[in-house]
Amino acid sequence: MKLRSLLLATGFAVAATGAFADGHGIGACLITKTDTNPFFVKMKEGATAKAGELGIALKTFAGKIDGDHETQVQAIETCIADGAKGILITASDTSSIVSSVRQARDAGLLVIALDTPLDPIDAADATFATDNFLAGELIGAWAAATLGDAAADAKIGMLDLSVSQPTVGVLRDQGFLQGFGIDLGDPGKWGDETDPRIVGNDVTAGNEEGGRRAMENLLAKDPFINVVYTINEPAAAGAYEALRAIGRENDVLIVSVDGGCPGVQNVADGVIGATSQQYPLLMASLGIEAIAAFAAAGTIPAPTEGKDFFDTGVALVTGAPAEGVPSISVQEGKDRCWG
Amino acid sequence: MADRQDTKEGFEDALKSAPETIAAFEDRRTGIVHRIQHTLHTTPALVPLIVLLISIAVFGVLKSSTFFTPFALTLILQQVQIVGILAAAQSLVILTAGIDLSVGAIMVLSSVVMGQFTFRYGIPAPISIACGLACGTLCGFINGWLVAKVKLPPFIVTLGMWQIILATNFLYSANETIRSQDIEANAPFLQFFGTTFEIGGARLTIGVVFMLLLMLVLAYVLRHTAWGRHVYAVGDDPDAAALSGVEVSRVLISVYMLSGLICAFAGWALIGRIGSVSPTSGQLGNIDSITAVVIGGISLFGGRGSIMGTLFGALVVGVFTLGLRLLGADAQWTYLLIGVLIIGAVAVDQWIRKVSV
Repeated sequence: MKLRSLLLATGFAVAATGAFADGHGIGACLITKTDTNPFFVKMKEGATAKAGELGIALKTFAGKIDGDHETQVQAIETCIADGAKGILITASDTSSIVSSVRQARDAGLLVIALDTPLDPIDAADATFATDNFLAGELIGAWAAATLGDAAADAKIGMLDLSVSQPTVGVLRDQGFLQGFGIDLGDPGKWGDETDPRIVGNDVTAGNEEGGRRAMENLLAKDPFINVVYTINEPAAAGAYEALRAIGRENDVLIVSVDGGCPGVQNVADGVIGATSQQYPLLMASLGIEAIAAFAAAGTIPAPTEGKDFFDTGVALVTGAPAEGVPSISVQEGKDRCWG
Repeated sequence: MADRQDTKEGFEDALKSAPETIAAFEDRRTGIVHRIQHTLHTTPALVPLIVLLISIAVFGVLKSSTFFTPFALTLILQQVQIVGILAAAQSLVILTAGIDLSVGAIMVLSSVVMGQFTFRYGIPAPISIACGLACGTLCGFINGWLVAKVKLPPFIVTLGMWQIILATNFLYSANETIRSQDIEANAPFLQFFGTTFEIGGARLTIGVVFMLLLMLVLAYVLRHTAWGRHVYAVGDDPDAAALSGVEVSRVLISVYMLSGLICAFAGWALIGRIGSVSPTSGQLGNIDSITAVVIGGISLFGGRGSIMGTLFGALVVGVFTLGLRLLGADAQWTYLLIGVLIIGAVAVDQWIRKVSV
C-alpha cells in the first residue's frame, strides 16, 4: 500500500517535471556566491522575474559562504547535465572556475559573468558588471573635492575586503586612490602605494564586525585619520562605530561602494558621506535576456564600447554633492536601492 | 568468639610496626625541567600567561610608541571580548571532553532574535533580550540533550546544529541588517554592552567588564562548587563519575545549556560592539573560540585546564593580531603565527601530561 502510493507519487512527480520542462524549453542557471547576501538576493529576484516573463526555466545555485568554490563547480556541472542554454555566474574564485566554465562553453552553453569578472575576463562569453574602478574613482573624487585644500594633507584609512585581494576589492581601492589624486603603484594590487597620506590598509571581510576591528587597528596606528575608504556599506557602518567610540565620528569622511538600502539610509543619516551605487537586479535581468537571445538566434552580447565588459552603470549617492563630481540625490538612491 | 577477639588484638599489635606515612608516589626525578613540568601541571593557566606576557613585552619593545598606550591596550580587550565570551562557553563544553561548533551560530541567532523581536514585533527591548537569551539556552539544550540522551558524539551534534542554526538565522532574518542608528533611536538597551566609560585614560565597555566578570565567576564555580567539580569529573572519565554518583547526563545537559546562554550573552555583547544587528557576523566564532581555548591550555581530551587560561589564550590572539598590524605586517602573518601557537600549545599540553605527580 505504502510502496504503491510512493510509486504513484513518484510517477506523478516525474510526469509533472517532464511537462514543466517541455512547456518552457529554454533552461538557464544562476550561480551566486551565497544566497544570504542581499546583493545576490536582489540578483536572484531580477533573474527570476525576467525568467518568468520570458518563459525560461531558471534554476538557482549558491555557495554556502563567499569563497565556496566547490559548490559552484558542482552547480556548473549540474547545469551542463541539465541541458541548460546558459549560465549566469558570480564566481567566488575567479581564476579556478575558468576550467569549469570552459567545459560549459564547450558543451554549447552561453556563460555570462555577473558582477565579478573572471580571470581572465574573456573566459566568459560576456561580463555584466559594475565598473568597480569607476565606482571607486567617483567616491575618491568626491572625497577630494569635499576636502578641498585639506586633501593635500589628508590622513586616509583604507578598509579593504580580504588579504587574498579579490579583483572587486582591488578595483574599488585603486579607483578611490586614483580619484583622490594619489599615485598608484601596481594597479593590480592594493597596499603598495607610497603616498604618506595613506595611514594604512586593513581588511574587513566586508561586514560590520570586521569594519570596526580594522578601523580600530588603523586608529591605533594614527588616531587622526580623517578620510576612510570602505569596501562596502556594512564595513563602513562598523568603521563608524569605532569612530563613534572615540568621539571622532563627525570629523571623518567615510566613503563606500554598493548602494544597498541600509547603506543609502546611512548616507541620509550622515554616517557615510557618499557611496557608489550598483545595480544587481539589472545585471541579472539583462543576463536572462541575453540567454534568451542566444537560445533564439545564437547572438552573444557585446561589451560596452571602450570596455571589456558590459557596464550596468554606477551612480554616486550623496546628500552633499561636490562640484565636478556627478551624483544623484539620496532620494533617488533610495528608490533604486537593493537589499 | 574468643578467636575473633584474639585476632582483633593481634591486628592492632601488628599495626604498630607498620609505617605511619600515607601511601605516596615516590618522586625520584628532580631538576629544573621537572620542577617546571610539575608547576605547569598544577597550574595549567601558566603557559598562556607566560606567552601573553612575553608577547606584550616583545611588541612593546618593537612598537612602544603606539602599543604601550592605554588606547591600544584597552583596544585589545575590546577586540577580544566577543571571542572571549564565546571561548568561555566553549571551555565549559571542552572540559566535558566535548566540542561545540555551534557557538558562533547560537550567538548570531540570539542577537537576531533580540533585534527582530524588538523591531519586527515591537516588543520592548528587555523582553526581546530575555527571548534572545532563552533562544540561546534552548539551542544549548538541544545540543546537550542529543549528546547526553541520544548519545551522539558532540562533534556531530554541534556540526549539524551549526548548519541548522545558521540556516534558521538567515531564513528568519532574511539577512536584513538592523542599522545602528535605528537601534540607538528606538531600543538603545540592545546596545547596553557597548556603553563606554573611562578609568584613567583607559576606555572600557560594559562588554569587556562582562567578559572579565564571567571568566572570574566561572573560574570560581568550576573550582569551588560541586557542579564545577562534576564538570571536571565527567570530562575526565564519565564512567568513573557515574559510579561515584554524578548524574552524568544532567551535568552534560546543564553544561550545554549554560554554554548556549553564554553564547546568547555574546550575541547581546555583539550588538553593543558592532552597533547593528547583522546576521552575517560571527561566522568564524567556533574556530576562533576553539583557538583561544586550545592556546589557553585546556585539554581537548577533557577534564583538565582552567578558564583563566582561556582568557589568556584569547588575549594572546588579540595581542598578536593588533601587534602585528601595528608593525605593518601582512595579516597572513597573524594567521601563520596563531597556527604555530595552536600546535605549540597542544605540544606543551602533551608534554605536561607525561608528569605522573
